[in-house]
Amino acid sequence: MDPAAAKLIGAGLAAIGVGLAALGVGNVFGSFLESALRNPGAADGQQGRLFIGFAAAELLGLLAFVVAMILLFVA
Amino acid sequence: MAAEGGKIDPMHQFLVEPLFGKHLIVGGYDISFTNSALFMVITLACLWVFMLGGMKRALVPGRWQAAVEGFTGFVANMMETNIGPKGKAFTPYVFSLFMFILVANLIGMLPLGIVPGWHAFTVTSHLTVTGTLAIISFSIVLVVGFARHGLHFFSLFVPHGTPGYMVPMIFLIELFSFLIRPFSLGLRLFVAMTAGHILLKVLAGFVINGINAGPGIAAIVSIPSFLLMIGITLLELLVCAIQAYVFALLTSLYLNDAINLH
Repeated sequence: MDPAAAKLIGAGLAAIGVGLAALGVGNVFGSFLESALRNPGAADGQQGRLFIGFAAAELLGLLAFVVAMILLFVA
Repeated sequence: MAAEGGKIDPMHQFLVEPLFGKHLIVGGYDISFTNSALFMVITLACLWVFMLGGMKRALVPGRWQAAVEGFTGFVANMMETNIGPKGKAFTPYVFSLFMFILVANLIGMLPLGIVPGWHAFTVTSHLTVTGTLAIISFSIVLVVGFARHGLHFFSLFVPHGTPGYMVPMIFLIELFSFLIRPFSLGLRLFVAMTAGHILLKVLAGFVINGINAGPGIAAIVSIPSFLLMIGITLLELLVCAIQAYVFALLTSLYLNDAINLH
C-alpha cells in the first residue's frame, strides 16, 4: 500500500478512539445526573469526583487524537 | 490562516514566530520575543489588572471585588475539600495556576483575527507551556513529599492492606502511574485546546470555501457550518473553564497525596 494512503487510513482509524471516549464521557455525566436526581442533596459534594472521572475518560480520547495528529503531521 | 489554492491550513495558527520578523540567536539558542511570549505577557497583564482592581479590601465588596473574591473563594474551598487545613499553604500556587490557564485559554478564544495583521495565539495550545506548568506542579509534589515524609514517601506506592506477595507488582504499577502524572497533566490541557482550535479553523475553512464556490453551495454548506461554529465556540468556552479547573483540581489531588500519604 502507498505509505501516504496508509497514514491517512491510520489517522482515520485513530479517530474511532475519539468517538469511543465520547461514550465514556457521556457515561460519566449521565450516571452523575441520574444519581444526582435521586439524591440532589449529596450531588454538590461529588462535583470534584465528577470532574476527575471526566478528566480520566477524556484523556484516553485525547490520546487517540494525538495519535491521529502524529500520523498526519509528524510521521 | 494561510489560504493557498483554496486550501486552508488549520495548523498555521499554532506557529510560533518572532514578533519583529527576525530571529535573535544568542549562544545557539533562539531567544527572540515571539507571539507566544507576547500573549503570555498579555495574559499576565490582564490578570494583574483584574486582581489589582479587586484587592481594595472594602468591608462591603463592590462588583469587581466580589468577582475576585468569588475566584479566590472557589480555589480556597477546593483546597480545603481536597487537602484539608494543611493545604492552605498551597492555595496561592494553585490559584495562580488556575487563573493563568483560565485567562490564557479565554484570550486564545478572542476573535482578534478581525483586526488586520493580528492573530490570536493560544499559549496553552503548546506542550512546551503546559508541560512546564505540569513539571512545576510535579516538582512541588516531589519536594513537599520528600521534605515532609523523607523516604517514608515511598509508602505512597504500597496501599494499606496489600498482601505481601503482591507488594512488588503493586509497587511497580503505582510507581508507573505516579510517574506518568506530569505527562497526562500537561498533555490533557494541550490537546484539549489544540483540538478545539483545529475544529474551529476547519469549520471556518468550510464557511470561506463555501462562499467562494457560489451562492448555491454557500447556502447548504457555509450557513450550517457557521451556525455550528457558534455552538462549538460556546462549547469551547466551557472547555476552557473545565480544563483550567481540572488542571487545578488534579494538582490539588497530587498535593494531597504528598501531604497526607493516602
